[in-house]
Amino acid sequence: MNRRTVRRVKSNVMVGIMMAAVIVAVLPLLFILASLLLRGASSLSLAFFTHLPAPAGESGGGVLHAIVGTLIIVGMASLAGIPIGAGAGVYCAEYPGSRLSLVTRFVSDVMNGTPSIVVGVFAWTIIVAPQHHYSALAGSAALAILMIPMVMRTTEELLKLVPNSLREAALALGYARWRTTLSVMLRTALPGIVTGTLLAIARIAGETAPLLFTALGNQYLSFRPNAPMAALPLVVFTYSIGPYEEWHRFAWAAALVLILVVLVLSIAARFATRQRFGATRD
Amino acid sequence: MTEVLPRVQTSSLTAIYGKVAAVKSVTLEFAANQVHALIGPSGCGKSTFLRTINRMHEMSVGGWVTGKVLLDGADVYGPDVSVIQLRRRVGMVFQKPTPFPTKSIYGNVAAGLVIEGGRSRAELDRIVERSLQRAALWDEVKDRLKTSAMALSGGQQQRLCLARTIAPEPEVILLDEPTASLDPQGTQRIEELMFELKRDFTIIIVTHNMQQAARVSDTTTFFYLGSMIEHGATRQMFTTPANEQTEAYITGRFG
Repeated sequence: MNRRTVRRVKSNVMVGIMMAAVIVAVLPLLFILASLLLRGASSLSLAFFTHLPAPAGESGGGVLHAIVGTLIIVGMASLAGIPIGAGAGVYCAEYPGSRLSLVTRFVSDVMNGTPSIVVGVFAWTIIVAPQHHYSALAGSAALAILMIPMVMRTTEELLKLVPNSLREAALALGYARWRTTLSVMLRTALPGIVTGTLLAIARIAGETAPLLFTALGNQYLSFRPNAPMAALPLVVFTYSIGPYEEWHRFAWAAALVLILVVLVLSIAARFATRQRFGATRD
Repeated sequence: MTEVLPRVQTSSLTAIYGKVAAVKSVTLEFAANQVHALIGPSGCGKSTFLRTINRMHEMSVGGWVTGKVLLDGADVYGPDVSVIQLRRRVGMVFQKPTPFPTKSIYGNVAAGLVIEGGRSRAELDRIVERSLQRAALWDEVKDRLKTSAMALSGGQQQRLCLARTIAPEPEVILLDEPTASLDPQGTQRIEELMFELKRDFTIIIVTHNMQQAARVSDTTTFFYLGSMIEHGATRQMFTTPANEQTEAYITGRFG
């Protein structure tokens, strides 16, 4: 074989290995989606979105309470987690060498690796136990704690990607430091930060373990933050370990709805942060 | 008649990064409405010197300054000086074009004006148009003012940055190797502009390109190892330099 052929064979083998890795990476995802659709879609109906669960043994009913619960719990968690995470991220990007930002970065990396059940137990200890009752608020607190390091690191990393020359250009134009950070640095990094934040929201929306210790779940529609509240992951959990075939179908459908909620969120954010300008020339 | 003050003056100006002095005790005068070139080999301190004039140097880690920089006779490092006000009087254009990617062409030119506030839409329109005309960019962009500045070519982006810098009517424009990333055509446009702009502004330009310094400037200053070696009328510097090092540099024997 001449060297050209050897090179071509080597190249093809390497490309083949990488393609195999891609397929292995994507297959489980496709498999999950396919089985969710197969088993969950048949139970989906309008009633599933607009009704409360039927009493045990009866068929029909829906998960309105859990959809509303997830939106409320995740909404409150985001309300607390996004500003704190983004604020900390901006600080770490603006003062990268300060001792506080070194400590913050280290702590947030540790927190990113902390199992969510530990955060759930923590929220139980400091909120649920003293109050002597479970509550949606405690669930939101646990989810916010999970969310803060994710949002923080995303914000910091994306701010660091904005070229420093833009900061200098703004300062040289007479921009104050705060205005440079807000209207040039953050503004330029915003689409990426929004995407990263959405990923964080999507991740906490699916968290189950922390909610078991905090929001607990609820059979009824509840809007009270200081009381137990239903959530989609809790419904999936409860119904999938239940004894009835009907419940299992319910769990599959609820899991599908959870994925749909996340999907709708992502698409909405894409629209909200669509680039004002096309990336192409002219 | 009183004596005409130089627009920019430095006295015993030393600029330091941490413990290293990048500019060593430089005393210079720059007359108004002229183009002043700063030349010298890489790392000679000319860019650092430039950045002390609008106080950008102190933004660098460990950057600080001793000595004085006078703008119209007043020390820009004085205790009552607002850095923000100073930078509106001393504009700057950088080596790489730096249009704001999230702003339109119009938004970029207006960026320095909007933060001051207090201007009507019509007034802004007028200043944006005039600034783009003075930067010789108006005819190329007048039909797409609301489109992204990132779609412009490198040379156009640099002229846009020039328009953005002159829109707030500074007294002094600092150019830090403004043509280093441009093709010969873009370079020529910027050089031609300098002849026009010096009627209204005082221009100080750092350049690696000796021909450029010879073409565009009225005075030239040669820096070497942080010190100011020679300062004088450009024609004289390039024909009969007083200093041996200057002669060696401009004849291409080192640097």
